[in-house]
Amino acid sequence: MKSLQELAEIREKSKSKVALREGHNEIRIVVGMATCGIAAGARPVLNTLVEEVAKQGLGEKATVSQTGCIGICRLEPIVEVFEVGKEKVTYVKMTPEKAKQVVSEHIKGGKPVYEYTIGEK
Amino acid sequence: MKELSLNILDIAQNSIKADAAHVEITLKQRGDWLTITIADDGKGMSPEFAAEAANPFTTTRTTRKVGMGLPLFKLAAEQTGGTFSLSSHRAAYEGDTHGTTVTATFNTAHVDCEPLGDVTETILTLIQGNPELSLTYQYSKESEEIRLSTDEMREILGDDVPLNSPEVLSWARAFLNGEE
Repeated sequence: MKSLQELAEIREKSKSKVALREGHNEIRIVVGMATCGIAAGARPVLNTLVEEVAKQGLGEKATVSQTGCIGICRLEPIVEVFEVGKEKVTYVKMTPEKAKQVVSEHIKGGKPVYEYTIGEK
Repeated sequence: MKELSLNILDIAQNSIKADAAHVEITLKQRGDWLTITIADDGKGMSPEFAAEAANPFTTTRTTRKVGMGLPLFKLAAEQTGGTFSLSSHRAAYEGDTHGTTVTATFNTAHVDCEPLGDVTETILTLIQGNPELSLTYQYSKESEEIRLSTDEMREILGDDVPLNSPEVLSWARAFLNGEE
């Protein structure tokens, strides 16, 4: 069983990392988390995005956040990617597997996965 | 919804939209009966709205005129022979109490009972999206008990580490899942 005291260690460790943080956060990944999104499977998509962004070392570059209904409920789970100076990319009918691919190819690699975007369906 | 844990996430999102500072999610399993309570200190509903809140044609949505969150939760409970109740209070004067409490009971032995599913992922999703929220989660089954309070986490982490940082989220996942 984990104990709350382990959080104190996390806090200590984070102190040494603070200096490295530049905080660009130039990419915003937004997941629709209203009833429609949740029912369609947005929770594992969101949690996969959060995990992959951390795992692939993109924490400084991208943030993952939640929003309400985006308005096209039949295409949920929907993920929107906002990048400074670029047009918004909207991914539809997402799954955890597709989310992983979006993080590696789009967020890390800079190339949107067009086959999962709204325009391609 | 496929899992009750998704209903819980959905109802808790209502609390957040109602500007709650504190949300309490309590799950109590006794024998075949599971009681789920989501209580918040959000702005609350007017008596007229509260009376109709579990009706699908009542919603605060602006994208369309149907709101399925509470109706689906109510249905999930009632289809097992369980109950659903909602009480809400709006502040009448400054400093008055306010908030909404939703309680549903489920006969988990009933064939139409949705599985509880992954409550840990629901709690993590709430912390991820709302690192400043004061969230208390409690699950108890007979003598077994799990409790997590984000206020207590924040007390140890201080202002240095946000609750939605990856290290903290993985700690919370392991903690809630009872991992070593």
